[in-house]
Amino acid sequence: MSAPESSPGSNPEQEPGLDPGTAEELEQERARELGSPAGEDMPDTESRLAKALQQTMTSPWTVSVGAVLLAVLAGSIMIVFTDEEVKASAVYFFARPADTFVAIGQAVGGAYSALFRGSVVNLQAPDFVTAIRPLTETLSYATPLIAAGLGVALAFRAGLFNIGGQGQMLVAAAAAGWVGFGVSGVPFPLHLLLALVAGIAAGAVWAGIAGVLKARTGAHEVIVTIMLNYVAYYLISYFLATPGLLQAPGSSNPKTPPTPESAQLPALLGDRFNLTWGFVLALLAVVGVWWLLNRSSTGFAFRAVGENPRAARVAGIDTGRATINVMLVAGGLVGLAGASQVLGSVTTGFSSDIDAGIGFDAITVALLGGSNPWGVLAAGILFGAFKAGGTTMQAAEGVPSDIVLVVQSLIVLFIAAPPLVRAIFRLPDPNRRRAPKKPKAARNQKEAAA
Amino acid sequence: MSADPTTQLDAPLSETTRTVTVVSWKTAGVLLAVTLLYALLLVAVPHAGDTRFLLSQRADFFQIPVIVLPATAFAWVCGAVMLAVTAAAFVLTARGRRTSLWLVVLFSLAGLLGFLAWAGAGSPRDLSIVGLLGGAVLWSVPFVYGALGGVIGERAGVVNIAIEAQLLGAAFTAAIVSSITNSAVAGLVAAVAAGALVALVLGVFAITYHVNQVIVGVVLNVLVVGLTSFLYSQVLVPDAEALNSTTRFQSIPIPVLSDIPVLGPVLFDQPLLIYLMFIAVPTVWYTLNRTRWGLRLRAVGEHPKAADTVGIDVVRTRYNAVLVAGAVAGLGGAFYTTVQLSQFGENMTGGAGYIALAAVIFGKWDPVRAAFAGLLFGFASNLQNVLSVVGSPVPSQFMLMIPYVVTLLAVAGLVGRSRPPAASGEPYIKG
Repeated sequence: MSAPESSPGSNPEQEPGLDPGTAEELEQERARELGSPAGEDMPDTESRLAKALQQTMTSPWTVSVGAVLLAVLAGSIMIVFTDEEVKASAVYFFARPADTFVAIGQAVGGAYSALFRGSVVNLQAPDFVTAIRPLTETLSYATPLIAAGLGVALAFRAGLFNIGGQGQMLVAAAAAGWVGFGVSGVPFPLHLLLALVAGIAAGAVWAGIAGVLKARTGAHEVIVTIMLNYVAYYLISYFLATPGLLQAPGSSNPKTPPTPESAQLPALLGDRFNLTWGFVLALLAVVGVWWLLNRSSTGFAFRAVGENPRAARVAGIDTGRATINVMLVAGGLVGLAGASQVLGSVTTGFSSDIDAGIGFDAITVALLGGSNPWGVLAAGILFGAFKAGGTTMQAAEGVPSDIVLVVQSLIVLFIAAPPLVRAIFRLPDPNRRRAPKKPKAARNQKEAAA
Repeated sequence: MSADPTTQLDAPLSETTRTVTVVSWKTAGVLLAVTLLYALLLVAVPHAGDTRFLLSQRADFFQIPVIVLPATAFAWVCGAVMLAVTAAAFVLTARGRRTSLWLVVLFSLAGLLGFLAWAGAGSPRDLSIVGLLGGAVLWSVPFVYGALGGVIGERAGVVNIAIEAQLLGAAFTAAIVSSITNSAVAGLVAAVAAGALVALVLGVFAITYHVNQVIVGVVLNVLVVGLTSFLYSQVLVPDAEALNSTTRFQSIPIPVLSDIPVLGPVLFDQPLLIYLMFIAVPTVWYTLNRTRWGLRLRAVGEHPKAADTVGIDVVRTRYNAVLVAGAVAGLGGAFYTTVQLSQFGENMTGGAGYIALAAVIFGKWDPVRAAFAGLLFGFASNLQNVLSVVGSPVPSQFMLMIPYVVTLLAVAGLVGRSRPPAASGEPYIKG
């Protein structure tokens, strides 16, 4: 405890997280790649190929690909160690090792090809429509993830941690659902519009409670949103169990009547696909949030409050108002997710698990997307693919879809720690070249991670 | 009196440097609101009859007769006490003084007793106070340990959102080890190790790789749910007899002490894990506030650069703190499979880690207050069990909702602006 200086492993003069040996190795490796003994400056005479290679190796995309590879590898290990065939053949491994490897290949290959088949393209399909159906399933799963992810990401940008996605989705689903089957005699587009607005408004109000409490009393938004999750859950459970509110007439199950056709989101690609116009709404939300954050003064206020509330206040921004506003918009976006569930995906009536964990998944989506609308779009689609593929994988190969959670979370973890991925794959560090002095590089990294 | 709304709005950003005591009307306002809600409940849903409060169990050494109270009258007396406290709060605030904690405690007790009397009115069953409080202590175990883990981590500057992961991982490991060894203690040790292991991953990413701590925490929660659910269905379910039937801790009544009426069975007739909790809370408080290790830990969490300047190894201190935090949270995870149930179930912690996180903030990053906040949530979890025995007069969903609404009101009205350790969530980069 009394050591005055830090231990070698934690010496910040080194690349954070790289032990001296690895750093040296990296240095040498880069030198070899570049064909020049000194890797520190890049001479202009260097060949284009080496330059291109260098750029590829230091690109953030390489790190992302590496992160995905590592996560998939970890998933494979889990599959291998629990697969019955592999276990059976491993018993006589030394007699016939090939059997084990074949079994490993079948287990891993089968699982991941099922994942692919269920999320991108089904190459075994007899016709084109069935073949691309998985892709539309992916987008359909991605719809609520994108919308809710945007809600969480927006709050992040204003320095607020919105864990209340579950509650906001539940009240939004309840409101949209109630307008859906409770109001009758309204023609199609108007009815749908009403239901959507009701859902978005309900989500906004629910998150707005947290915003108001935070702005007026300083109550921490983490506690408030968690508590509101429980309140919403029990409230909806009560509504679902009470005839005349949300419970389907003549039923004693805590389940709502189905959503009438006039309030359903129409199919985007015809009736053979589950994908609805909800996906288009999610795309519009992405553009809207991008515009709000980067092109509007309201969004500027949000970001300013998120970056430095004191400075924002000195600059004349009403931080309390910004807090309330950002929670209202964030809740509205999560509300869109809830509404799109009820009006698009689950139109046969829903119960209190309509949120399907999306409120929490949205946090991971927002984090993976770097709290940036386009990033959230990409992350939402990726997670949608995992959800769609995971179902197929479980059905076809008997591999529990929980493995998808593991792979997903590992991807996020590795993407958030580029130095670790670079160290594992022996990739050169882009910050090292431009700024040999460590503090700045380290700062860049912190920013990249944040 | 500078408690007009504008001062309130201005306050969030200037809380650290100001020394002017601004007495706010928040507390008084919340007390008034709760009193009015309470009165509304009594008026809107009248519930006549007697309530039977049971204070002792059949096997107790001292037998206290069942206290039978006329419910409505007693509930209104409690309401009067609440109104008196509210009035006192208004008078105090008008004079520029704070409402003392004792008044709030008195208010809460009156409200709780009145509510119980009203809820249990007319029921032929006894409302067991021992069951109510003993269950609360038992149910609070994961919350209290989790909150302690959260406090230790955050005081060292590492936000521990991975409490949920530590609880779940520990519950899973405890289940396997306890089933294999037929020993609850071995399960407990394994749980501690599992909690520390999750914490180590948190540390590697958050401390060494400077990854945003919220990201790591949230992601670890998902990762552990995925891992344990996967292994549960692939490994535990096929071989449940050998791997998933745990040996549980039995209650150990402490001689003499457990014969104290009411308090005895509540506090001194519990499994080992609960006694450990009674020791852990003051120990964590003492360690954080009265030892050199704790001082350094807090220094690293408040101002790592200053700590570094005087020769404290920030990275090592943070690693130590995170590992201890994970180990403590692991104890809480052991509750699920070595005390509550004798088997592991998928995602069996069900968000308890997030509740523990709320307890950390509710308790303003102080171990003792956080433990009491955890106890409150434990009480909330147990309330429904007790009320379902006497038969609840309002829909059970609303009963279940009450604790969370009360927490909301308490956080908004009584706790207010909470200030985390200054460097909490900030990775430390030297230079």
